[in-house]
Amino acid sequence: MRAARRWWDFDTALNTFAMWLLAFLWALPLLYAVWTAFHPAAYETRFDLTAPLTLDNFAKAWAAAPFARYFVNTVMLVTMILICQFVLCTLAAFAFARFRFPGRSILFTLVLLQLLVMPDILIVENYKTIRALGLVDTIVAIGLPYIASGFGIFLLRQTFMSIPRELDEAARVEGSSFLGLLWRVYIPLAKPTYLAYGLVSVSHHWNNFLWPLIITNSVETRPVTVGLSVFSAIDAGLEWSVINAATLMTSGPLLIAFLLFQRQFVQSFMRAGIR
Amino acid sequence: MRMLSVRNAVATSALLFGVATSAAAVDLEFYFPVAVGGKAADTIQALTDEYVAANSDVNIDAVYAGSYKDTVTKALTAARGGKPPQLSVILSVDMFTLIDEGIIMPFDELIKTDEDKAWLASFYPAFMENSQTGGKTYGIPFQRSTPVLYWNKEAFAEAGLDPEAPPANWQETIEMGKKLVKKDDSGNVSRWGVRIPSSGFPYWLFQGLTTQNDVTLANSDGNQTYFDDPKVVEALQYLVDLSQKHEVMAPGIIEWGATPKAFFEGQTAMMWTSTGNLTNVRANAPFDFGVGLLPANKRRGAPTGGGNFYIFEEASDEQKAAAFEFVKWITEPEQSAKWTIATGYVAPRADTWETDTMKAYTTDFPPALVARDQLEFAVAELSTYENQRVTAVFNDALAAAITGAKSAEEALAEAQKKADAILKDYR
Amino acid sequence: MMHRREWVYGWLFLSPALVFLFAFTHYPAVKTVISSFYSTPRGKREAKFIGLENYQTMLSDDVFWKVLGNNFWFAVGTIPISIGLALLMALWVNSHLRGRTLSRVAFFAPTVLPLIAVANIWMFFYTPGFGLIDQLRSGLFGLPAINLLGNPDSVLAAVIVVAIWKEAGFFMIFYLAALQSIPPVLREAADIEGASRGYYLRRVLLPLLMPTTLFVSVNAVINSFRLVDHIFVMTEGGPDNASSLLLYYIYETAFQYWQTGYAATLTVVMLVLLSILAIGQFFLFDRKVHYQ
Repeated sequence: MRAARRWWDFDTALNTFAMWLLAFLWALPLLYAVWTAFHPAAYETRFDLTAPLTLDNFAKAWAAAPFARYFVNTVMLVTMILICQFVLCTLAAFAFARFRFPGRSILFTLVLLQLLVMPDILIVENYKTIRALGLVDTIVAIGLPYIASGFGIFLLRQTFMSIPRELDEAARVEGSSFLGLLWRVYIPLAKPTYLAYGLVSVSHHWNNFLWPLIITNSVETRPVTVGLSVFSAIDAGLEWSVINAATLMTSGPLLIAFLLFQRQFVQSFMRAGIR
Repeated sequence: MRMLSVRNAVATSALLFGVATSAAAVDLEFYFPVAVGGKAADTIQALTDEYVAANSDVNIDAVYAGSYKDTVTKALTAARGGKPPQLSVILSVDMFTLIDEGIIMPFDELIKTDEDKAWLASFYPAFMENSQTGGKTYGIPFQRSTPVLYWNKEAFAEAGLDPEAPPANWQETIEMGKKLVKKDDSGNVSRWGVRIPSSGFPYWLFQGLTTQNDVTLANSDGNQTYFDDPKVVEALQYLVDLSQKHEVMAPGIIEWGATPKAFFEGQTAMMWTSTGNLTNVRANAPFDFGVGLLPANKRRGAPTGGGNFYIFEEASDEQKAAAFEFVKWITEPEQSAKWTIATGYVAPRADTWETDTMKAYTTDFPPALVARDQLEFAVAELSTYENQRVTAVFNDALAAAITGAKSAEEALAEAQKKADAILKDYR
Repeated sequence: MMHRREWVYGWLFLSPALVFLFAFTHYPAVKTVISSFYSTPRGKREAKFIGLENYQTMLSDDVFWKVLGNNFWFAVGTIPISIGLALLMALWVNSHLRGRTLSRVAFFAPTVLPLIAVANIWMFFYTPGFGLIDQLRSGLFGLPAINLLGNPDSVLAAVIVVAIWKEAGFFMIFYLAALQSIPPVLREAADIEGASRGYYLRRVLLPLLMPTTLFVSVNAVINSFRLVDHIFVMTEGGPDNASSLLLYYIYETAFQYWQTGYAATLTVVMLVLLSILAIGQFFLFDRKVHYQ
């Protein structure tokens, strides 16, 4: 018994150590970003604890590119996508979950197909479509291909289907329309799903790069990711301290929000049944 | 934010100059890219504003379109959508692409007076090579650069070399390089002799070597390449030998972006990189450094790079004339001196270097003159029809040889075959 | 009567989403297949029907084959390792180990950081001579500099590591949510039965986590085609296409070489591969997960 106990302790110690090691490795790029952003460029490659602290890199990055504008563009983009996704996906998911109509299963299969064939890989044809619509280089164009999300419809449908029909009947007796029913019964009960899906959507579109790169070409529309890539791809060589200051500046708010509310996120994922 | 205030400024100045002129005023849209830090955009904006303030018959909307790649994409997209700008700065090597798309016009139609002809003749011939084809001028040099040699004087002194004398030719690069290589106790190299970056677009610096070996990579019609010429093979073999045989350069692909940092860190005693890095090196090198011409072999040589002005075919005659006047003004010595000082680009005309502004600058910072001196030996940057594809094929071949996957001869022969296949439609 | 009303409402509620789904997923997917049989329009030349010419070009394009091979190894390298690490991370973070909260933060951070920006940091780690890896190699072991990104033999592995780093923490969240919804009674029962931890993991946890594993692996497969942001910054597909992936090659072909016809052909290959893999996955997991 005692031997088993000791073995267990050793096991715990080993696991703890391994977890710490992996966590350290995973945090390393972020730690490096913080290190370089707050120290002069000469310390990009030297890790000396007595190195002087400075905020110059932030000032330089701020002056060198319109990051405030990029940030506003990204916030607008992410908000627009999220609102549209919520509206479109809710309506579609409700239809799939509660109505019987011809073509339902075929249409649902077509929706699921988007889980696989994401707009990310259809860049060539989507670019042609956007050009035909005359929307090249607009924030709307960055969002359009993503606002009807197969993943969102699928998730919300799962949630809606788990809501007991009896609640429908009760609300219906009170004279609610379908929209009223959706608004008063379904949406409130699906809150964790909205939260979980919203998080996935925001982090995905905040960091999306390829499509915005293709479809934007001016300061007024460029999101943070494309702005950062233009900023770091100048002829004069890499300046890690300034690039990392810019990265922290633009990802900071999202990073902090996600880190503070992590526990809630996991719970919402759990309740939403995404697992 | 800045864009908004500029738009307002333009609008305000239009108001100030009254309704009478605005009826006749020509509106121009002008795209420009920025490939070096933030100051360049402000300078172009300031110059444009100055011009508009002095010429009430024209309104210019200067649009910062991002990187070179963004700008050409934006211009092509706008042209296909039927709304191109009237004027844009785009890479000189994109000339054939723009001609192929049928969206730019030759300047020859606009050049009428002797004065205009003299103006055209005032540009360095090295820059005009990338601006003319088939006897016509399609581009006017504006933000142009060329690679130069930077060396660490302290490292030279430490290795027992004359800190004021960089290698003058290929052989000296090897000999000096061997002395400059420093190894630590465990036999690992802590300082290399020379660093010629080869990531991303290795063809550009490699073109320095081919020019020095007295061979061109493509004809001026842009439809024939000479990648498998024995002299090109020889140049590539030299580049490969620098690391493989003579061990004066680090093996494998050398990252372009990390090169200045490697120089500052003392990881290499010499580097080849663009004149666009002058300001950066001046600000960050913790030691005394020199800037010199690239070493010679059969001759001296270097490619040019950077962007030209293009006027678009779709513009009205008044717009074309107004755009032409603006291009003439902004390339005048005083204006181009301001531009060169602000950005580090090489002033494209000899008389710019004679202005007082420029003289004061070069007295203060003599290395800026090196780029000018090298122009005498410089040639057109590799440019063909389907430019991106052809250079990609060539870049791949260079990378294959540098990493030892293929021999120089084999890699270049394959590249030539692929380039022939791409260009056959244009002959 | 009620039925008719449901039809109308059903279609009414669906139509906004369907319009966008068709416009930006189904229409372009079909159009891609059609475009793959046409030449690239250029200047005043219209696109014309050229049959299988693009496909013939593709079959004889050695860059295409190289990129396809790279993508295969990229998938093989990223999918199992990132899923395995995600599970391990979730198990650790869900246990009673000391420092689990901080670890969870560390594991999750890469999900929020844009890959395009972090790729610059990874470039510093990989830089020969003064990069972090080389500083450790020479400082601790006295080893010579190593050029990970500049060598065709190591560059793909180097970009795979970055992809794993980016993905694993995201997948961990899904496993964590699943683990937290497993009733603790099961563990207690296993303890009473005297089952070993390995047995509990293999016979109880893993089967219960099967739906999550399917979901995560579908995501991982898609990511193995989609995750190319870091290629733009770190290698641009080089040296000599040794780190180029299919989507990156499609981007180059369409938006740098302006060969949209050929890019469509390459996209068709990707669509076919994704379909095969998706079908394969459902069979592999033996339809243990019921989504109906």
